[in-house]
Amino acid sequence: MGLLSSSVSVTRYKIKGNLEKPVLEKVYNGLTQNAIPEIDDDHLEKIVGWTSFENPYVPDFEGSSFVIGPYLVFSMRLDRKSIPPKVIQKHYAIEMARQLEKSGRQYLSRNEKKSIKDHVIDVLSLRIPATPNIYDLIWNIEESWLWFFSNLKAANEELETLFSKSFQLSPIRLFPYTTADLMFGLSDADRDLLLQLSPTKFTE
Amino acid sequence: MLDVAVSYNQYKFLGYEFLTWLWFIMENQQEILKESDKELVSLDIGNRIVLENNKTDSIESITIKGDKAGLEEGILSLQKGAVVTELNLIYKAGNNEWRFNIKGESLDISSLKTPETGPVETKEDIETALLEKVFLYEKIFVLMNNLYKHFIRLRVTNRWEKDIVPGIRKWIAS
Repeated sequence: MGLLSSSVSVTRYKIKGNLEKPVLEKVYNGLTQNAIPEIDDDHLEKIVGWTSFENPYVPDFEGSSFVIGPYLVFSMRLDRKSIPPKVIQKHYAIEMARQLEKSGRQYLSRNEKKSIKDHVIDVLSLRIPATPNIYDLIWNIEESWLWFFSNLKAANEELETLFSKSFQLSPIRLFPYTTADLMFGLSDADRDLLLQLSPTKFTE
Repeated sequence: MLDVAVSYNQYKFLGYEFLTWLWFIMENQQEILKESDKELVSLDIGNRIVLENNKTDSIESITIKGDKAGLEEGILSLQKGAVVTELNLIYKAGNNEWRFNIKGESLDISSLKTPETGPVETKEDIETALLEKVFLYEKIFVLMNNLYKHFIRLRVTNRWEKDIVPGIRKWIAS
């Protein structure tokens, strides 16, 4: 779901740590070094990387194109090849029959069956294009926050890993505890009290 | 700081209590809403409330859907010991309206619909629309942050047990 969609879902992060200067160059390097490659002609089933907000199918970060006003705006792309189970089943059956005929045997061992299945998935992965999923994000370096436009657990986990790897910074997801602990300037005494809280009973 | 996964699960009750308190102040203490956003005209429950009752051995989840989502059924669930886990809210400021869901356990915002922005036809339009959208999204994040901050500041004081909880109990029972 894109940033400019009529309806969006947003997960908010606090970014821990600071980028070394020159900041935009560091961001550019992080983006280009971790830009998403194409896997249509590859055996890989899944790949994740950065892409441009305005043109997500051709990643291009030249000329600080990822800077819009005070924000950095780009996208995470997660490409996945999903082969329908029935297609795997069909090609597996064909390959099994071929192997049995070739060997003149009536049965194949468990290992042989596994190896046939792996081979079938490998071959099909080369023939099936990856389905791209694009998730936009906005990063305000000055204020150390980031909005990621998805609430999906798997997409958020991919973002956290890719972001840390690309920029050597820790994105901390803002949920009830982290929001209270990091965002409101609580005193040390109040932070200790926060740790000791237990659920309230609203009925007697 | 605590481990993220541990603190997420251990303190998600704070998000549930926040939404329960939020419903209470929407009904009884509108002035807190105005303090949190000077431009606020109204903040109301939209078409969905989700509650959860952990009182017995099993977890009971109650979803109330529909415009003006059944407040009576919701109150009945609160009387049985449930807390609010998700709300659909309608925020109005000036002549504009925002709609969104907020989930207690994560404070994630979903299905956020802002007032309409201008059409996007050129590259320059994208930048303008983006900055406009960010401004509109931020209105909701700032509002929710201010309200949650107000809640947390109450929650770590004696006032919570002494004044606020009795008030909420009275409202639930009424």
